Amino acid sequence: MKDMYDKSISTVMLDSDKCRGCVTCMKRCPTEAIRVRNGKATVLYERCIACGECVRLCPHHAKLARYDSFDIVNDFKYKIALPAPSLYGQFNNLDDINIVLNGLKEIGFDEIFEVARGAELLSQATRKFIATNKDLPKPIISSACPAVVELILVRFHSLEDRLLNMLAPVDIVAQMAREEAINKGISPQDIGVFFISPCPAKVFALKTGLGVDKPVVDGVLSVSEVYMRLLPIMPKLKEIKPLSKVGKTGLQWASSGGEAAGLYIDKYLAADGIENVINMLTSIEDGKLNYIDFVELNACNGGCVGGVLNIENPYVAKARIRNLRNKLQFNCNTLEQYDKPNSYYEWQTKPQVKEVYRLDEDRAVAMKKMSRIEDIYKTLPNLDCGLCGAPSCRAFAEDVESGMADISMCVRMDNYYKTK
Amino acid sequence: MNDALHLEFTVEGNNFLSAGSASDEVKNTLKKLGIKAQAVRRVAIAMYEGEINMVIHAGGGNAYVDMFADHIKIVLADTGKGIEDIQLAMQAGYSTAPEDILALGFGAGMGLPNMIKYSDRFDIQSTIGEGTTITMEIDFDQR
Repeated sequence: MKDMYDKSISTVMLDSDKCRGCVTCMKRCPTEAIRVRNGKATVLYERCIACGECVRLCPHHAKLARYDSFDIVNDFKYKIALPAPSLYGQFNNLDDINIVLNGLKEIGFDEIFEVARGAELLSQATRKFIATNKDLPKPIISSACPAVVELILVRFHSLEDRLLNMLAPVDIVAQMAREEAINKGISPQDIGVFFISPCPAKVFALKTGLGVDKPVVDGVLSVSEVYMRLLPIMPKLKEIKPLSKVGKTGLQWASSGGEAAGLYIDKYLAADGIENVINMLTSIEDGKLNYIDFVELNACNGGCVGGVLNIENPYVAKARIRNLRNKLQFNCNTLEQYDKPNSYYEWQTKPQVKEVYRLDEDRAVAMKKMSRIEDIYKTLPNLDCGLCGAPSCRAFAEDVESGMADISMCVRMDNYYKTK
Repeated sequence: MNDALHLEFTVEGNNFLSAGSASDEVKNTLKKLGIKAQAVRRVAIAMYEGEINMVIHAGGGNAYVDMFADHIKIVLADTGKGIEDIQLAMQAGYSTAPEDILALGFGAGMGLPNMIKYSDRFDIQSTIGEGTTITMEIDFDQR
């Protein structure tokens, strides 16, 4: 595959040979981050929130999510896997999580630390946080889905103060796993910590260190690639050691509503799918949801099981995880077991809003630009066809004003005036 | 007036699907102008409440929005039935919304109080049988 790992900060990549310039991804991108140029989809990376919608939607499979190749684990002597709970939902007829975890050991990992354990701890830490901070502006918005956090940082600045001041489960377990290994006497430079991710948003968050002082993992693998390695090995395992340490509370974070249910509060709302997420954020901004205490939002349909790095349909995976949950205890991990202050579970650095849509730093200049954009927009056919290479006539008007596009790129203008 | 950015919207009456689209567009424009998040939020709430009021009570109307360097002026004009007792309508919790509207979760009687709360200057003119015009101004940089 071409151009796969050459861009250090890029979130999604393009297989140019497959891209037909069909505008599907561009039209559906939630941050208008895609333009079609010279017949190929290009990404304005400063706007990209790594949600993976374009990867999911591309009819030609030309959009590729970025993640690390499995070979990266060989760079380290002591390899720790952090499997996302959605991994467990990928296997048909699986009745014991331990089979997956023993499989991970078989394919080369020395230690497994399940991300769902961190989720359990976070559920408890969040309950504590909410109970001791009653004056927070409501509703509090979950910060577990990094695509949602990024969306707020680029598009919903006024909701920045609603974001739950908590790390993601993977951040917690990455730190704990590394500490445990060091305590065992393993030399820090030998330790490699790898998240097995269901989505490109987690890859992006971990690479850029969302909410943390410095990145907490050494690599991010995809559920699909690990699945392909596990599949032939799992039926051949000779012995299944009891490695899993998760309860229902942690496992249920894999699907939408699971995190909120773990807070034991009544006034919560859980929405999933990027369009519903945008709807909810708009409603919160308009003051329509002030009677809700907690809002869980997941960019993918169904929650993390819907991430584009998974194999299985989100609803099938959700049903399988529900079956696995039934066999488990409620909780296997409590804050008391680990003796960490609540601050251990909180953001180390507050994510900063991004000014990607502001027309100009100088407001007077921005207003002049906006006037010109309005003038250009009025001349456009208002069909939002995307043939110019911009997702909407309004976005095209902005592109023309900024010099990113030329008005002649609107191919339906003549048509429009003839029929008007 | 020269430097003002003028936007106009038609708000459709009794259409809950499109309700809020005018305030949404104003909100997005303000974000692109780099207006501070807190001011954007106040505009969003005040204008949304006004827009919903026109949808519920007045059979729709027009929104005229002027953005200046330091503030926004929003005029919401309808030709609906007008407000009988403005003082009463401005009290928190007072509502004349019909049953079917209440069933939709609207009509909590916070429309006008919220518009007053979130705007810096507020004016309401209403004549029975002729309609209501609300003018709100919100400063971008104070508070």
